[in-house]
Amino acid sequence: MVRYLYHNRLAVDIAGLKMKTPVTTASGTFGFGLEFTDFLDLEKVGAVTVKGTTLAPRAGNKGQRVVETPSGMLNCVGLENPGSEYFLKETLPKLRKYKVPIIVNIDASSPEEYGELAAKLDVKGVDAVEINVSCPNIKDGGLVFGTNAKSMAQVVKEVKRNTSKVVITKLSPNVTSITEMAKAAEDAGTDALSLINTLIGMKIDIHRQRPVLGNVTGGLSGPCIRPVAVRMCYEVAQAVKVPIIGMGGIMCAEDAIEFFLAGASAIAVGTANFVNPAIAETISPGILEYMDKHNIKKIQDMIGLALPGRC
Amino acid sequence: MTKYIEEAKVVGQRVLNATTKQIDMIAPRIAAEAVPGQFVNVQVSQRTAPLLRRPLGVGGVDKNYGAISLIYRIVGDATNILADVCSGDRLSVVGPLGHGFDRNAEHPLLVGGGTGLAPLLYLAESMAEEGTRPDVLMGGRTADDLFWKELYDGIAGQIGLTTDDGSLGTKGTVMACLPDMLEKGNYDCVYVCGPAPMMKAVSAAVLERGIKCQVSLEKYMACGLGACLSCSCQGTGKRVKVCQDGPVFRAEEVTEW
Repeated sequence: MVRYLYHNRLAVDIAGLKMKTPVTTASGTFGFGLEFTDFLDLEKVGAVTVKGTTLAPRAGNKGQRVVETPSGMLNCVGLENPGSEYFLKETLPKLRKYKVPIIVNIDASSPEEYGELAAKLDVKGVDAVEINVSCPNIKDGGLVFGTNAKSMAQVVKEVKRNTSKVVITKLSPNVTSITEMAKAAEDAGTDALSLINTLIGMKIDIHRQRPVLGNVTGGLSGPCIRPVAVRMCYEVAQAVKVPIIGMGGIMCAEDAIEFFLAGASAIAVGTANFVNPAIAETISPGILEYMDKHNIKKIQDMIGLALPGRC
Repeated sequence: MTKYIEEAKVVGQRVLNATTKQIDMIAPRIAAEAVPGQFVNVQVSQRTAPLLRRPLGVGGVDKNYGAISLIYRIVGDATNILADVCSGDRLSVVGPLGHGFDRNAEHPLLVGGGTGLAPLLYLAESMAEEGTRPDVLMGGRTADDLFWKELYDGIAGQIGLTTDDGSLGTKGTVMACLPDMLEKGNYDCVYVCGPAPMMKAVSAAVLERGIKCQVSLEKYMACGLGACLSCSCQGTGKRVKVCQDGPVFRAEEVTEW
C-alpha cells in the first residue's frame, strides 16, 4: 500500500521507497545517472532508475539502434550493459555518494536467473529493483515473460523471494490486456508497478527498401506514446491497489500531472532526458506551481483525481 | 571538462553552397572549453517533432566573442528548420561533447570530405595558431562541394583537392592523391573526418605506412552524453561510445566502420 510522508508537499513513499519528489528517471534513458551530473542535481530527483542490468555483460544489438519518428523515437539497443559485477564494483560506489534512492532495472533469461540477480543486488545502496519483463529488443528474456501472466508471476515470485528491497514490476504495453498483467503481478507479490515500457514499432528505409533498425523492430518512446500510457495508467489504477509509477512520453510538468490524475503515485521521465538533460530536475517545480494554482496541498491529493467516481 | 546547456544567441548564418550553411552563435561557456574534434547537440525547435537534438561538430570558435561556428548540410526536417533560424534567435545547445583530437603532431595531414571538413577546419585553425599550418586533402563529388578550400586558405599549408567528376583537382576520391602525398609529405599524423568508406580507406593506407592516424566517427545518436547507447560500438577489447569515448579515435581502435 501507499503510505505518504507529510513533511514535504511532493514527498511520496512507494511501498517503502521514500522519495523527496515523485519525479524519477526511466531506465535506459538516464544511463547510470552519473552522465547527467553536469546538468542537474541528482539529489533533486525522486529516484534514479539505472540502465537495465543483467547478470553478465551484454554487448547489445548490432546495426543502427535508434531512429527518430514523428514526436518519438525507436530504439533497439538490446540491453547493452556492463553486467551486475561491474555495476556493483564500479558504478554503485559512485552513485552512493548522492542521497537519492537507486532503483536497478533487472533483466534475465529465466525466473531463476532473475532471482539470482535480485539476490546479488540485495546490497546497501540499492533501494529497489525494477523487474524488466517488457524489453522488446532481446530474444531470451524481457518481453518473453511480460506477455504471459503465468511466467511473469513466476519471475515476480522469484525476485520477491530473493530480495529485501522494494520490488517494482515494469509492464509492457504490448499485450491484449495490461490490467490482467497488472493484476497477475500484484497477485504474485510485486510491491509496485511501473508502466509503460516501449511500444513495438518499426521504420522502413524506402530508398534502401529495408528496415532501418539493425534488430528490424524497436521500442517506440517519446511524446507520441503518451496518450497510450495515460490510458493504461488510468485502467491499471482502477484494477490494482499497489502504487503505480507512470511513464511514457513525459516532456514537462503538465504531462506528468496527467499521469497523477490518472492514478500514478510517481512518474518517470524517459526520452525527454535525451532532449533536455536537466528535465528530471525541472519537472518538480512545475508540479508545485500547478498544485498552488489548483489549491492542492500535497501530491497525494491529486493522485487519481480523474478516475471514475472521483471527478 | 564540464558540459553545459546554453541558450545560444544566433548572430548569423551564411550560405556556403546550395545545401550547406554556416551558423554562428554566442555560447560563451561552450566556446571557452570546446577543443577541435568536439561536438555540440543542437535543439532546432521547441516542438516535439523533430524531437531529438542534432549533433554537429564544432567548426570554429571565437573565444573573444564567446562564439561557436557550426557548418551543416541541409538534409532533413531538422536541418531545414535550422536553415531558417535568424540572427537574434535562441537555440538550446548542449556541449562541448566528446573527446577532441590529440594535436601533438609536427607534420600533420588533414583528410576530409563533406561536413567532416568542419571539425578539421577548427583543428587546422588551432594548429595554425600554435605555429603549424597543416596540409589538407579534401574530396567532394563536384567542384561545388569544395567551397571548403576558401575556408582553409591562410590556415593550411598545401591543399590537395579531388572530385568524383574531375571538375576540380584530381579526378577520383581522396585515395587518388593520398599515396603520393604520404610519400612526399613526411607526415607524422593523419587526421581524418568524412564518410565512413573514406575514413576506412584512408586509415588503412596511413597505418600501413606506419604513420599515426586519428579518425572522427559519426554515428546516429540521441543524447550525446553516453546514456542512450545508440552510438555504442565494438572497440578493441571493449565497447566504446562514439559520443563519450570519441568521436575521435586512434584508427587502430576502430573495428566497425
